Amino acid sequence: MKTLLVIAISSAIVNNVVLSQFLGICAFLGVSKKKETAAGMGGAVVFVITMSAFITSLIYKFILNPLDLSYLKTIVFILVIAALVQFVEMFLKKSIPSLYKALGVYLPLITTNCAVLGVAINSVTNEYNVLESVVYGFTTGIGFLIAIVLMAGIREKIEYNDIPKTFQGTATVLLTACLMSIAFMGFSGMI
Amino acid sequence: MGKNTERLYNGIIKENPVFVLMLGMCPTLAVTSSAINGIGMGLSTTVVLILSNLIISSFRKVIPNGVRMPAYIVIVASLVTVVEFIMKAYLPSLSAALGVYIPLIVVNCIILGRAESYASKNPVIPSVFDGIGMGFGFTVGLFLIGLVRETIGAGTMLGFPVLKQIKGFTPMTIFIMAPGAFLVLAFLVAGMNIVRKKMEEKGTPLAPPSGCLSGACLGCSNAGLCGGVEEHSKSQDKEKQNSK
Repeated sequence: MKTLLVIAISSAIVNNVVLSQFLGICAFLGVSKKKETAAGMGGAVVFVITMSAFITSLIYKFILNPLDLSYLKTIVFILVIAALVQFVEMFLKKSIPSLYKALGVYLPLITTNCAVLGVAINSVTNEYNVLESVVYGFTTGIGFLIAIVLMAGIREKIEYNDIPKTFQGTATVLLTACLMSIAFMGFSGMI
Repeated sequence: MGKNTERLYNGIIKENPVFVLMLGMCPTLAVTSSAINGIGMGLSTTVVLILSNLIISSFRKVIPNGVRMPAYIVIVASLVTVVEFIMKAYLPSLSAALGVYIPLIVVNCIILGRAESYASKNPVIPSVFDGIGMGFGFTVGLFLIGLVRETIGAGTMLGFPVLKQIKGFTPMTIFIMAPGAFLVLAFLVAGMNIVRKKMEEKGTPLAPPSGCLSGACLGCSNAGLCGGVEEHSKSQDKEKQNSK
């Protein structure tokens, strides 16, 4: 229980996936214009990362590791993630249309999000068991959600500011990310 | 200028993946805490890029259009695995420093971007030179960003104490930590905005930041510039209207 809690706090806040590990930067910069879209994207990432962490850790534990095929992990993981995203999309479309309406747009775009593959590889490197991998995946997704929603909130306010022309657009967003990253560094004493 | 030299010039200067196209931002931010890490990451990406361009362009007439993305991903992932193991065997310290970012070359948008936009349409030799040009362009970009961060943040250049020799110099450690990466990149983007404007006034505009792959828009750093999800949801709405 204690290890799970440590994993949860460390991956959601202290070692935030975006602000200190730089995974999923593209989505973080690209989809943080409005709070609603940001929350949708964050929700989809939480969903996909948790599912993929569960499935990839099962595959690693019961197929790749016993058969001595662990060198295939990068290839297998990326294919499993791509297939999983497609499958989840079809499943949601068919059975839970309301959830599909909220997350559907973002699902196909997540396949190449490096946070998903990063979580799968990291949980193998850190030798997490299946439960720990799922907790790690879920809380990493939560960390992404926190970061992207905060960023969208700040960006909505920045819209009204008078920014020098050179810094308009991506440059200001990166400066904001820098300040957020400094703020999140303050949590590093927690563990 | 021959076609191959043109490819090299295009990759290193005209469409530099770091400064002009702004591709592959995750490794750009993550591994540039020192110049040597930047070079290591850049060169491993270059190797993967050259080989993937070579393979994809030789098989470009065999791979069916419908399954080209999975095919590219398998090719790239295999190459990345090979590079990862070679690095682990011969450069263990660099491999430890780059860590998870080496397997993550698979999802680097430069590789799939070049496969999709160049290697899948052009003959083998120019594709290889395109890989060399883009790869070295990426390496130069990572090296320069790493050099700036290392000099200010640690007072060393490629490990040699340079600024540290000055009496009373205190390195700004924040530059080699996570916030420094965002800060340096913010100023880089702002600087490129100025260059872009100047070039436009001169009548020779720079290539716009690009690299969105079909359907994998968010894998690229520029989804914010082209609308990304907004565009995607618009096309979905159109589909709905059509089906009605």
